[in-house]
Amino acid sequence: MTSLLVIIVLVLLAVALWQLTKIFDLTQVGSSSDDSQVASDNDNNIQGYIMFGFLAFIYIFTIYGLLKWGGLALHTPASEHGLLVDNLMNITWVLIFVVQFITQGLLYWFSFKNRGHKDRKALFFADSSKLEAIWSIIPSVVLACLILYGLYAWNNIMFVDKDEDVIEIELYAQQFKWTARYAGQDNVLGKANVRLIEGVNTLGVDMSDPNAQDDIVVSELHIPKGKKIHFKMRSQDVLHSAYMPHFRAQMNCVPGMVTEFAFIPTYTTAEYRELPFMIEKVANINKLRAEKSVELVAKGGTSLDPYTFDYLLLCNKICGASHYNMQMKVVVDSPEDYKKWLSEKTTLTQDIKAAAAAEKPAEGVKAPTTDSTAKDTVKAVIDTVKAVVAKVAMK
Amino acid sequence: MSAEAHDHGHEHDHEHEHHHKDTFITKYIFSIDHKMIAKQYLITGIIMGIIGIVMSLLFRMQLAWPEESFKIFNVLLGDKFAPDGVMANDIYLALVTIHGTIMVFFVLTAGLSGTFSNLLIPLQIGARDMASGFMNMISYWLFFLSAVIMLSSLFVEAGPASAGWTIYPPLSALPQAIPGSGTGMTLWLVSMAIFIASSLMGSLNYIVTVINLRTKGMSMTRLPLTIWTFFVTAIIGVISFPVLLSAALLLIFDRSFGTSFFLSDIYIAGEVLHYQGGSPVLFEHLFWFLGHPEVYIVILPAMGLVSEIMATNSRKPIFGYRAMIMSVLAIAFLSTIVWGHHMFISGMNPFLGSVFTFTTLLIAIPSAVKAFNWITTLWKGNLQFNPAMLFSIGMVSTFITGGLTGIILGDSTLDINVHDTYFVIAHFHLVMGISALYGMFAGIYHWFPKMYGRMLNKNLGYIHFWVTAVCAYGVFFPMHFIGLAGLPRRYYTNTNFPLFDDLQNVNVLITTFALVGGAFQLVFLYNFFSSIFYGKKAVQNPWKSTTLEWTTPVEHIHGNWPGEIPHVYRWPYDYSNPNHDVDFVPQNVPMKEGEEVLHH
Repeated sequence: MTSLLVIIVLVLLAVALWQLTKIFDLTQVGSSSDDSQVASDNDNNIQGYIMFGFLAFIYIFTIYGLLKWGGLALHTPASEHGLLVDNLMNITWVLIFVVQFITQGLLYWFSFKNRGHKDRKALFFADSSKLEAIWSIIPSVVLACLILYGLYAWNNIMFVDKDEDVIEIELYAQQFKWTARYAGQDNVLGKANVRLIEGVNTLGVDMSDPNAQDDIVVSELHIPKGKKIHFKMRSQDVLHSAYMPHFRAQMNCVPGMVTEFAFIPTYTTAEYRELPFMIEKVANINKLRAEKSVELVAKGGTSLDPYTFDYLLLCNKICGASHYNMQMKVVVDSPEDYKKWLSEKTTLTQDIKAAAAAEKPAEGVKAPTTDSTAKDTVKAVIDTVKAVVAKVAMK
Repeated sequence: MSAEAHDHGHEHDHEHEHHHKDTFITKYIFSIDHKMIAKQYLITGIIMGIIGIVMSLLFRMQLAWPEESFKIFNVLLGDKFAPDGVMANDIYLALVTIHGTIMVFFVLTAGLSGTFSNLLIPLQIGARDMASGFMNMISYWLFFLSAVIMLSSLFVEAGPASAGWTIYPPLSALPQAIPGSGTGMTLWLVSMAIFIASSLMGSLNYIVTVINLRTKGMSMTRLPLTIWTFFVTAIIGVISFPVLLSAALLLIFDRSFGTSFFLSDIYIAGEVLHYQGGSPVLFEHLFWFLGHPEVYIVILPAMGLVSEIMATNSRKPIFGYRAMIMSVLAIAFLSTIVWGHHMFISGMNPFLGSVFTFTTLLIAIPSAVKAFNWITTLWKGNLQFNPAMLFSIGMVSTFITGGLTGIILGDSTLDINVHDTYFVIAHFHLVMGISALYGMFAGIYHWFPKMYGRMLNKNLGYIHFWVTAVCAYGVFFPMHFIGLAGLPRRYYTNTNFPLFDDLQNVNVLITTFALVGGAFQLVFLYNFFSSIFYGKKAVQNPWKSTTLEWTTPVEHIHGNWPGEIPHVYRWPYDYSNPNHDVDFVPQNVPMKEGEEVLHH
């Protein structure tokens, strides 16, 4: 409805402006000269002033934007390398604002200052090696510095030292959900290929690989604070991109290959929630949600739940119709909590055994089609499984 | 002997006469006259532009008021894609995809380059027509055909291509992954293949014409900057478009004949597909080997038009003519070795990322030179604010604003976190979308009298420019912030992320500016189409310009000049030359005795 009103207003505005130009045209009836559609001194004067006004608009709009929306931008990075990224970003922003301020100022100021007049004569100024040298060399030097800093940061972020003590986690993408696989005790991920996908083994892990035996598959990502996490990404169908904005981390997931990204989280979820900027942001979001809820309830809908902050893993590469809802919660725990959480999880081997055991009594019944229901089944029969596992382990 | 010669001459005359008697079909439809072909490109480009912009308004409305019902959706998208007026998520992606494709290729490549290269190359270098008029005609009609096929894909059962304008496989290869990757994608690929053939024919024609058909005295360093940019653009096109064609062909093989160039290890819809050994990253390389030069194919002609218009309307020579040529060449060269900056996080070796960061940031240097040279051109000028001049100044402004954020995106480290967010959209829409559109508008306002022999209404032009200028900043400036907040692009709605709830107000503001800006393009359309018929009659050289196209008669004739082609004696920027009393000296005016060349 609002948009309809906007459109009606616009149409009326357009009509009004059209009528205005008609008036302009009529005032020029007397002068039947053919250059009536070429800018006159009067036009130059008016347009020159508008140029100046537009410069003011750009400056004011920029400042307004910074004040009003500056707070929306991602704040404190939650990873170690994030500080490096944000530092480079801030330096670049200062540079951009300085250059933007000066060049736009010159552009529109010159436009205003040199607006045409019939008595005016332009200066024939065709070239100047000195000036051109200045504005080739200054950008070159500035960019050289930015490039060097950028490459230093890039190399630090992207190359993982093989000997480093890291936790290996696989991020597995498929339309339209994320799954994580932990390497288990041996900290080596078992081999995998989509051709091995079967039943609860939804990631196609090669169960004949000794390294795969202790792998753990979960649908919520937990990582410990202060440890380097080495993510290995895979995709089973189309391109996806694992984007964790708060950690300044992103890498595409490509079917047919394993990509990687590593970072060290520096705030637990609980700590990050308590940061002053985050408290303010969440309060603001909840205020907006409360307002929206009132609106929804009035329409007979249900109100929205209040929001608490969680780190997120989003898909950031168009991957299909539900691309807009492909996300996974990321939890940064203290190292102790992380250990505890992980120890409560069953390994993939156990999951497979459990599924097999669950299927046996219900012969003829088709295996559950989605793995989340499969997981539920697993949980339900976990006790009976323990006995089976013990038996197998003895063998 | 002499009688025979006379006879020959007569026969020739007769043939000539015959040539002039065009039927409606040979004059307006299958014309081989470059001026008519230019107009055909322009009109087709404008129609495609209207479609592309309307699409963007539709999905902007969805983003501002997600999943709300609008009658207009139902009317335009039909019951299947907008039941009860609520836009479906797959048509959202299709709109985004086709908007990108249409604007980049059909409006800003063919509509811009096709129009002005065709119109200005023969006229400004002093040639009677293109090197091959016939090939030129074929080029236009292939473009038209590709446009028709692209639009027809909007009407197929499962919907048009919807894998993004970059059509990355496997999404674009597998109909199981997204419905648009069925017939819709096939039509997209066929359309693009034809488009590329059209573009190559056009480009070859431009190159040959510029090299061979320049009039006497028109040395390469006396060419207007428009011609330089068209020439270089054509060269980049010839180098890079075939690579996209190969990518499209390989993708067609993968889709239809079971090859595995781009696909490997895929499990979808409950089954393993046979593909093995291919790599989607290979497609990304092939695509961006065209895709990146493509943005320069779009922006360079706009730069050329703006340079020319700025000099004319400043009544001053363009500052640093040779530096402008050098920077165009530098940009063209660098543009072919920077494609990897679209792929920093694609999974390619990070070392390559370092190399591409280096080459990418280098482009800032020639770009800075151009921007500063334009600004200096305005300095101490006698600026005539015709609408074309306003759009030119606007183009420099948006090129700077959008270009500066390129320093962030071109830096692999910073790209990690803003890649594929709204920050990218803000950046490229300003630096190549809006800038190139401004260049195109500037060109239309400036050369309309040459095309139609009539003038556009300047007051409507002023309104068109200022509203567009405010709205362009209003749309894309706030977009930087929601990108910095981490909002991914190509999301049908953000309501599944409470984290982004505080961005909703910004989205409403952006859409409002977009709707206003879009609506005011009607002012331009009215001005354009009514002026073709009812505009004030133009004089031969309304802007008092120095270049050769203004020495031709207002009424179009085959062969451009009624008599001999003018000779050229000077560079194209003798404005306010202190050796002369008038403030412009056309290129075909001989040097005065003892007149010195005052420029490098």
